[in-house]
Amino acid sequence: MPHRGRSIGGFEVGDPLHSGGMAFLYEAQHPDHDFPLLIKVPRVAEGEDPAAIVGFEMEQLILPRLSGAHVPRFVATGHEPLPWIAMERIDGVSLLPRLRELPLGAEEVAALGAAIADALDSLHRQACVHLDIKPSNIMIAKSDGRAVLVDFGLAHHAHLPDLMAEEFRLPYGTAPYMAPEQVMGVRGDPASDIFALGAMLYFFATNVRPYADPQSLKGLKQRLWWDPMPPRGREKSIPPWLQEIILRCMEVEPARRYPSAAQLALALRHPEQVALTARAEKRARDPWAQRLRRRFNPEYAPQLKRDLPGQAAADAPIVAVALDLDALTDELSAALRRSVQHVMSAFPGARVACLNVLKLHLIRSDMTLDEQGRNKHLGRLIELRHWAAPLNLPEARLTHHVLEALDPAAALVEFAEVNRVDHLVLGARSDSVSRRVLGSVSAEVARDAPCSVTVVRVRG
Amino acid sequence: MLIALLADIHANLEALEACLAHGAARGVQRWIALGDLVGYGADPQAVVERLRAMGALCLLGNHDEAALIGPRGFNDVAAAAIRWTATQLDASARDFLRGLPMTLREGDTLFVHADASAPGEWHYVTGTRDAARSLAGTDARFIFAGHTHVPLLACTTATGRLSLHKPTPNIAIPMVTLRRAQVVLGAVGQPRDGNPAACYGLFDSTRLECAWMRVPYDVEGAAAKIIRAGLPEQLATRLMRGR
Repeated sequence: MPHRGRSIGGFEVGDPLHSGGMAFLYEAQHPDHDFPLLIKVPRVAEGEDPAAIVGFEMEQLILPRLSGAHVPRFVATGHEPLPWIAMERIDGVSLLPRLRELPLGAEEVAALGAAIADALDSLHRQACVHLDIKPSNIMIAKSDGRAVLVDFGLAHHAHLPDLMAEEFRLPYGTAPYMAPEQVMGVRGDPASDIFALGAMLYFFATNVRPYADPQSLKGLKQRLWWDPMPPRGREKSIPPWLQEIILRCMEVEPARRYPSAAQLALALRHPEQVALTARAEKRARDPWAQRLRRRFNPEYAPQLKRDLPGQAAADAPIVAVALDLDALTDELSAALRRSVQHVMSAFPGARVACLNVLKLHLIRSDMTLDEQGRNKHLGRLIELRHWAAPLNLPEARLTHHVLEALDPAAALVEFAEVNRVDHLVLGARSDSVSRRVLGSVSAEVARDAPCSVTVVRVRG
Repeated sequence: MLIALLADIHANLEALEACLAHGAARGVQRWIALGDLVGYGADPQAVVERLRAMGALCLLGNHDEAALIGPRGFNDVAAAAIRWTATQLDASARDFLRGLPMTLREGDTLFVHADASAPGEWHYVTGTRDAARSLAGTDARFIFAGHTHVPLLACTTATGRLSLHKPTPNIAIPMVTLRRAQVVLGAVGQPRDGNPAACYGLFDSTRLECAWMRVPYDVEGAAAKIIRAGLPEQLATRLMRGR
């Protein structure tokens, strides 16, 4: 570790933290910064891969542009005497040590997956695609269990020059997790990260990597036509919903995967709401003949490159509609539906979550435990489905949730926060007397929600 | 220092004024016009006067040259416009254009209208090969140019490859990390990338960052003047479409 004890850009270089294939990481200190720091310096010894420098410079370009809880905070970068980057040192561990514990149970796989999908959603909304999602590049923060993405050396940022774009000698990425389009040199589709996450969840759930670890381009290309053994073919205990999610992430064509990481997180957090397709029941690979047809048929040409007009997350919003079933008049019901339909027709990738808050009472807060409570919950779900039926949405674009809470407004705001809802639609209480007496849920939600809010009111 | 780079103004006074106001509000300290001050638009004399009055540093473009010596290799529309332009410039404006340099070199930065390898040949820089030729023609680290009316950034990587980037409007790109770069500004006065808003460059020479700013302006006003001047109508309609 050649840099220890030196000073780089005013940062005092401390103990080595990691010696990777492309760079060295050291603890670092600086009088102006009172949080833990690390400094990253590329390996540039004679004969080492100059592409390592390209990746390093890519990270120097991208990291200063990123913000939020799911990336290390950027501190400084410089070029003398060697390129270096100083950033926040995340207090946590990567997912690498967890590989010893595989296979993980379905619930844990889903929880980890949802945390990582949150981080991807945050990144994708910043116009950045990571393109090297793998266990060693994901840190789980000790403080709150959130996922933090590290190493942006292969990443693509829509607003910055892509220095890796011209490095065609290899399809840069990590073999076991790399999306088919990435193998073919397509950079910049957020769905590539969703594929990698799917491949990782497959590994977590089965302890087998779906495509092993091919080292040649030919081996990598195999994933375009060779479908992996379905997870339930390896591990019978894996529930159908998890297989559905994993295999949807790992679809060969990006357009067939989840349209956004937020929608993937929503699915992982609500397994009971996952619409099961033939994917869920698959127990074996496609028959040999079928695979070979894909391999040798010149007409088999999966659509790997897409035009991405905007950010995927912005084009595939999660729309939540909150229904106050007790006060829902026919007029308001229709007006709410029209409002949701407008959004859905503008965004073909959008999905709808129908919400109802089942108000709990302090005195009978354990109501859900008894038979009456269960019936009530179920009754609400049926009513939600009934309301949503005229929307004519395929099951995969629609979920229903009954939230049990003391405070309806707070419950809706929390749902929107946790599930990264982009747009919340709710009806106004029609009767002005009750609004005055009971307070307006819609006003409170509009004030506190982390997203756009549409309050639908029927003109009297 | 914050430098505004105004390429391909093309006698569009409305677009120029909008960019000047936009840049002044952001604290621009220095103005450089990267050639083609005139041609196509209806206000050649006024644009030259405005730039002279504010002390902008101006470079020569192929349309400025053609206004003095006649069109060479121009299509019919451009040739008609430049002949009209020549009749609109007074002696002082012509002298000013005649005195313009082809290039300006400051430290490791070169300013030029088109490609740096042969500034008087007016080659377009639209792809990897053009950018490589331009960069090979100078030892400057950064080249700022116009001429194509389409924003582009071409930069070399550590492995010597050229990477092309279509800049996002109004977002600064840090150039300190780039090895070498050819910056192609869009046009102030006749955008051709599908966005009718005027385009000018904001180059922060201290932080080494460059942004391609887009500024809405009175397109209808500028187009109406072109029609009134009797210039070819398509010069007016293309302003509306930005193509």
